[in-house]
This record gives sequence, C-alpha cells and structure tokens, in this order.
Amino acid sequence: MNWTLDRATLRALLPAFSLVAVLAPIFFLQPATFSYFGIGLLLNLAVPLVLATLAQLAIITANDLDLSIGPFVSLVACIGATLLADRPLVGIAALAGCVLLYAAVGALVEYRQIPSIVVTLGLSFVWNGLAVLLLPTPGGASPAWLTSVMGYQTPFVAAPILWSTVIAVLVHLLLMRSSFGVRLRGTGGNPRAMRRFGWSLVRGKALLYGIAALFGVLSGLCLLGLTTSADANLALRYTLLSIAAVILGGGEFIGGRVSVIGAVLGATTLTLAASFLAFLNVSPDWQVGMQGAILIVVLSLRVLLQRRGGQR
Amino acid sequence: MSSNDSSTRQAPAARSSDDGSAGSPVGIGFAARLRALETPWLWSFAGAILVWFVIAAVFGFSIAGNVVVTALVFAVFMVLVGLGQMIVITAGPGNIDLSMPSAIALSGVLGVQLMKGRDDLILIGIGVALAVGVLVGLANYLLIRVLRIPPIIATLSSSFIVQSIAITQSRGMPAPPHALQAFANARLFGVPDIAWLALVLSLALAFVLHRTVFGRALSALGQNARAAWLAGVRVERVRWVTYVLAAIIAALTGLLLAAVSGGAALDMGVEYMLISVAVVVIGGTEVAGGKGTVAGVWGASLFLYLTNAMLNALGAGAGVRSIVYGVLIIAVVVASGHKARQ
Repeated sequence: MNWTLDRATLRALLPAFSLVAVLAPIFFLQPATFSYFGIGLLLNLAVPLVLATLAQLAIITANDLDLSIGPFVSLVACIGATLLADRPLVGIAALAGCVLLYAAVGALVEYRQIPSIVVTLGLSFVWNGLAVLLLPTPGGASPAWLTSVMGYQTPFVAAPILWSTVIAVLVHLLLMRSSFGVRLRGTGGNPRAMRRFGWSLVRGKALLYGIAALFGVLSGLCLLGLTTSADANLALRYTLLSIAAVILGGGEFIGGRVSVIGAVLGATTLTLAASFLAFLNVSPDWQVGMQGAILIVVLSLRVLLQRRGGQR
Repeated sequence: MSSNDSSTRQAPAARSSDDGSAGSPVGIGFAARLRALETPWLWSFAGAILVWFVIAAVFGFSIAGNVVVTALVFAVFMVLVGLGQMIVITAGPGNIDLSMPSAIALSGVLGVQLMKGRDDLILIGIGVALAVGVLVGLANYLLIRVLRIPPIIATLSSSFIVQSIAITQSRGMPAPPHALQAFANARLFGVPDIAWLALVLSLALAFVLHRTVFGRALSALGQNARAAWLAGVRVERVRWVTYVLAAIIAALTGLLLAAVSGGAALDMGVEYMLISVAVVVIGGTEVAGGKGTVAGVWGASLFLYLTNAMLNALGAGAGVRSIVYGVLIIAVVVASGHKARQ
C-alpha cells in the first residue's frame, strides 16, 4: 500500500481533521466527556443539524442554494407539536403536502430558469408565516412516540454518533455509489449531458428538492423530539449553519460536487463549537464567531492545499 | 408582466452598445432607452400606488396620508439595505451580502456605545460606525479574493464573527444622544429627515450607477466578468468598492435604526437580511446582475411596507403577512423568469 498522503487526500481528510481538532481539546480538558453519556450530551443536538445539512446538500447538489431550510425545519417542528400530536393523520398529510410543495418549487426553479436563492427566500417567508399561524406562541407538545425514539438508549455507542453514522453511510451509498445517485448529481454537475441523455432536468430538480424536504421533515421531527416543544423560530439558524456545514465538509457550489460524509462531519464540528468554548472558559458570546472562524480556517487550509497541489 | 419582459431582458446589451459610442444618438434611441429604463421599476411603484388606493378606499384619505408618513420613516430602512444589496447583486451572479444584518448590529452598537449619550461625541460615533462598515466590507472582499470562495460563504463567515464582536460590545448600552434622536425623528416640509437623507443618498447612488465610469464598470462586470476584464475594466477594484459601499450603507442603517428606535439592539438588523434581497428583486433589478435600479428599490420598499400596513389594518396577523410577502416574492421572480431551453 502507498502510505504517502498526497494533497488531494489531505484535502478530503480536512473535515475529519477539523472535527478532531475541536474534539481532542474537549476530551483533554474534560476527560469525563469521553464516555457514553458525555459524548451523548455533547452531540445531543447534532442529529437535527446533520439532517438539515443533508437537506441543504441535496439542494447544493442541484447547483442551487436553499435559504428556507431553517424556517422549514421550524415549521415541521410546529406541525409535529400541534397537528401530528393531536390528529396524526392530518399531521402526516400536512408534512406530505410540504414535501410535494418543495418538489414543485424545485421543478419551477428549473422550468422557469429562476435563481433558487430568491425563490427559497420567498419560501422562507411562507414557511415562517405558516409556522406562526400554527403556533403563535412557543409551546405545543411532542408526540410521545417521538420523544421516546429520540430518548432511546442505544447499546455500546451513544445514540447521536450511531444515528449520524448510519445516516451518513446510507446517504453516501445512495448518492455516491448508486446509478440513481449519479443521475441526481448529474442534474447539477452536468445539466447539458443530462439533457442529451434524455433525462428530464425538471424531474431531477424536483426529486432533489423533494429529498431535501424529506431530510427537512426528519430534522424537524428529531429537533422536536429533543426539545419536546416547538417555536416558529426554533431552527432559523439552521439555514446558515447547514450551508456552512456543507462547505466545511468539502462541498462546492459549482458542479454538484459534494461530500456526504464530509458534510455530516462538518455539521458535527459546528455543533461542538459551543461546548469547545465552554470548556476553554471563553465567554459564550464568541460561539457564533467561533463557527465563523472554523469556516475561515478550514477554507484557508483548503486553498493552501489546492495551491500547492496545482504547482506540482 | 411577462409580455414586457423580453424587452427589458435585452435592454442591457442594447443600451451598453449604444452608450459605448461617444454621445449616444437621441431620437429613437432615446425613446427606446426611456422605455427600457423605466419599465422594470414602474411596476413596483404602480403596485405601491394601487395598495395605497386600497388603503384610502377602505379607511379614508386622512388615515392613508398618515400611513404614507410612517411609510417614509420605516420603509427608508428597507430602502437603505436594499440599495446596499442592490449594488452587490448588480456585480454579477453569485454576489450577495449576507453580512448586512451583523454589520448593522455592530456599527449601531459600537456607534451608540462611543457616543455615551453625549451630543459632543456624535461625530466620533458616526465616524467609528462608518469605519466599521469599511472594515467589514474590506474583510468580505478579502475573504472572497484570498480564499477564492463564493461571496455567499465569505459574507456568511464574516457575519458570524462580526455578530460575535457585536455581542461582546453590547453590554451596558447607553441611549443615543438627544441631538441624534431629535434629528432622526424630525421632519422637514412634512417629510422625515431620514427620508430626505435616504433620498439624497439614492440620488447620489443613481448618479454613480448611471453616469460614472464606476457605474458602467459595475454594470459591465455584472453582465460578463470576463468580457469586462478583457475590455480593460479594473474588475477587482470595482469588486472591493462594491462590497465596501454596501457595508458602509449597512453601517449607516445601523446608526439610523438605533437613533429612531432610541437604542441599538443586537437583533435590529436580522429582519432586513431577507427584506434587502426581496426589495431588490421586486424592484426589478436583474437578479443575474448587470442592471440595477435605485428607483425600483424605493418602489418595492414602499410597496412592501404599504402591503404590510394594509394587511395589518385589515386585521391579518403576522403569519398571513409573512405568507403574502413570500408569495409576492415568488410571483415576481417567476414572472420575470423565462422557460427552460430544450
């Protein structure tokens, strides 16, 4: 085997390095966290963000950008805490309607050749408005089955790690290793070739947006299961965090180039930023700044690796 | 709307070619130019006037008159952030400034902190706030240039850091000085001072965009960056000036918001993130870049504010208003799109 690491490999490993760089000091400063419960607590809120990140990843695969995922996740949580808890069938119908609407928007973006940023911006107002209508003040209650699913104690490995790993591997296989995945990625990566092969770009985008909505629904339900009550502004920060996580994980805006495993690692890293600061005794004021700094550092390293690689 | 769309879509190319020759022809060229220039932003004004008439019809003219005066106070902030976002979006596909809300927060917070509620320190506060704008703009540009990342990610990362700095500076905030508050809430000829300020700024910006080398260069850059570069436009200089200008406008907005609302708050810029893009799009600025309109930003801001006021007066809650906003934005962008090539 060849053990020399070339720069492309290093670049691919960057998301893993950044996670270790944040995690190692935490374990060093507070060895108690290196346990089943410690890790569970640290990563508790990672799963919803991981799912929201995969939703964003589906849209970025289509060469688009979703500015509405945060409000959408919040809306799902609101639906879960009101309709789904009181009248399960209505709740499921509402969630399915949201997924269909998302897919329709994807088709519309392609059909009318309009910028996704603006359309999803408009959508974000719609989601937020619906959420406010459903739940004007924070409250509601998570359905009992949801809370027990999220509270389930998995054997040997803490639940967040297990869920994140399972999700990452499944989506990776689907998107990177199946012919279905290749077609999906082609929608963003090489639309002209897709068109010449006779595959409908409109259908491709509708599919990708629909997949994004499915992950958004899962993310919202997970979040609701953890917080047990909802709020129309519960997950607004997910919009920007999910974009940051995809980019942190090695995704690029152009050409549908994304990395599922990288994005999952990126989302986990961003979730840990807060705990990292807490253990270093830095004021939580800097939590957001820390996330920005991680982003800048990782992107700088990537540029460095790229440049050197280009010279050879 | 889609029927006039084909003419506006081709307008930039036609216009720039006829402006390229020294002294553009008058006659037919002028009429065509007038049509091309006016159509996109006229729609937003038409919408604003229509909504105003609905308000007047339902609630009477005196209430509608009052609504216009409040619109001139609150729509002004939408106009300002919209102008900043507009020049950034005009710089070409992918250009967007997500750091405006945090720039608004930091400049407002820092400016008010330094003024310490004393009238004699107002100038220092204004100076520092605007300097914050310059620094944020430069930081955005450097991230884009040095890290070679899309502007959306660059401004996103910088906004995280700027937001954190603003949080650390926000403890023990004094009220803004009396003179500043007095200015922000005063009126001249019945029109609020800040509306005059925004008007002067808009006229200056319109002049810069349509009548100066920088404006032409920005337009060229937005239409085709490579062609602009080959034609000798100093692309990088135009880019950094664009981002710095946008951030300075955000800084000014932060100060004015703090002055009008009697104090700076960390989240006072948050709602303007989405609004800034919305007014640019509804105003008829080309989303793909290359063609901005100052008047459209005004029209769209008034339109959105009046729609909001109307729905509010009719008893619609925040949820319904938000949905109407969203549907409006999507409808406008769908109407201005064109069918996929087959």
